[in-house]
Amino acid sequence: MVTIGGFGALAFGACLLAPLVGSTPIHLARVFDRSIPFADNVDAQIFFVARLPRVLAAALVGSGLAVAGVVFQAILRNPLASPDTLGVSAGAALGAMLAITFHADFSLLSVSAVPLASFAGSLGALAIVYGLSAARRRGQSTMVLLLAGVTLTALLSAVVRFVQYLADFTETFQTVRWLMGSLDVAGYGPIVAAIVPMAVASVGFATLPRVLDLMSLGSEAAAARGVDVTRAERVALVSASLSTGAAVSLGGPVAFVGIIVPHLVRLIVGADHRLVLPASALFGAAFLIGCDLVARTALAPVELPVGIVTAIIGGPFFLWLLFRKA
Amino acid sequence: MLRVDNISFAYERSRAVLQGVSFEAGRGTILGLLGPNGSGKTTLLRLIAGTLTPLTGRVTLDAADVRRLSRRDLARKVAVVPQETHTTFDFTVLDIVLMGRYPHLGAFELEGADDVAIAHEALSATGTAHLAPRAFATLSGGEKQRVVIASALAQASSVLLLDEPTASLDLGYQIEIAALLTRLNRERGTTMVISTHDLNLAAALCTEIVLLRQGQVLARGATADVLTASNVRTLYGVDADVQFHPRAGHLTVVPIARAN
Repeated sequence: MVTIGGFGALAFGACLLAPLVGSTPIHLARVFDRSIPFADNVDAQIFFVARLPRVLAAALVGSGLAVAGVVFQAILRNPLASPDTLGVSAGAALGAMLAITFHADFSLLSVSAVPLASFAGSLGALAIVYGLSAARRRGQSTMVLLLAGVTLTALLSAVVRFVQYLADFTETFQTVRWLMGSLDVAGYGPIVAAIVPMAVASVGFATLPRVLDLMSLGSEAAAARGVDVTRAERVALVSASLSTGAAVSLGGPVAFVGIIVPHLVRLIVGADHRLVLPASALFGAAFLIGCDLVARTALAPVELPVGIVTAIIGGPFFLWLLFRKA
Repeated sequence: MLRVDNISFAYERSRAVLQGVSFEAGRGTILGLLGPNGSGKTTLLRLIAGTLTPLTGRVTLDAADVRRLSRRDLARKVAVVPQETHTTFDFTVLDIVLMGRYPHLGAFELEGADDVAIAHEALSATGTAHLAPRAFATLSGGEKQRVVIASALAQASSVLLLDEPTASLDLGYQIEIAALLTRLNRERGTTMVISTHDLNLAAALCTEIVLLRQGQVLARGATADVLTASNVRTLYGVDADVQFHPRAGHLTVVPIARAN
């Protein structure tokens, strides 16, 4: 509980402090000064209108990817699994790229074509995964699911590159930028849109912690202790894929968060998924807010793609933690 | 009363793994499943544990078909100890034992003080109380197996299925696990079904034995009646000397040579 409180404070602090940093310095005291009307309070306007949406997007994407990573690693019993493992990210990338290349121009509830198409792409990949998990009931091992996911990723990425190859330069450039991940959202609309599938996924996640503990002993051992393995796998795969799809359609396939954050958190809180799941959600949020802060300030006014920063900051930090322990 | 009633099973349609297997184990019985590799012992344990569905026949526990019980209800009645246990992540010994409490908890319920007390009692019963805070992965094979048995005890089931529980253990741990199982059976009246290749372990431990050969029951009954030189020869193709050992207090099997 104390640990979760600590991670919560970290995530909340990041949400509150990160919007203060930027090209125009603003002060927290003035932002929340109720004596100045909002229309006259420039600090509050910058905080709530210009910067907070982006910080909240980072928080959502970070926690969505981190929790999906935890679930995929546990359910596939493989510490190298990540939100990309089952092809969900690749599906999202394909959807986004098709929308960019063919100049799709539609929107739904203030969400524009690219995030909608990428979410649809991730759902398409999820449908294939779901079919695979049904086939798995006929006594196949998790290894089959893992290999099928890797194959699906390779296949979808090849299609992405094929369409890229045929597309013109502007579209290719846009696609490449999207694939690097960016949290530059306009307003709260996309955030609200991403919260809906994430809320659905959260209901699934809430049933999982102890099941994931048991599943990491193997599906037979879990079944012997009373876990309905087929149902648990289905809930886990669907929830994690929904969460990944929502995160990727909001921020692009931000690299590394989904694999590094779960392991970082396990090094701190241990293996118990009742701690690992919420702690990863909170730490994933704080981690990506921090990385995005670096991305938009390090070379200001030039903005780095956040996916590059996550790997450049996260990689060495994770290596240091691993070898310090050994 | 555990009853296996005319069970048949096949993984692939053309090759039957079990054919018309029947036997029963009364409350408090320690039943040994013996047979060569591929004779269907592990499959039979999976069918009893309800993780596989038989093609024909059924497994009943106090007259209830195990396939009609929910996973949770079945786990309260039957616990399983596999040959080896690996964890993907770094769980402590206490974590592992507490996992046995899963079928007794509601969907969002946390383990209470009584569950922790039951886990500690199970650790004490298996002589592993001092290991509680250790990382499971750092234990020796014998320690791991005792912890997994403790986890099964925490499950508080009346039937314990053990799949070659001593196969990867040295002689000292083999004796220790055997003594532990005998004691648990005496103190708690737990019914046990143990598959093993170790005939002397079976002789020391089991009150009844079922011999499996190519998926069919070759013989079943009291250990003294079934564990004979002639059955050992039929089962394994080995000439063996089977004698009552006065110091051990049970039959012993000394293999002599491959029979022709």
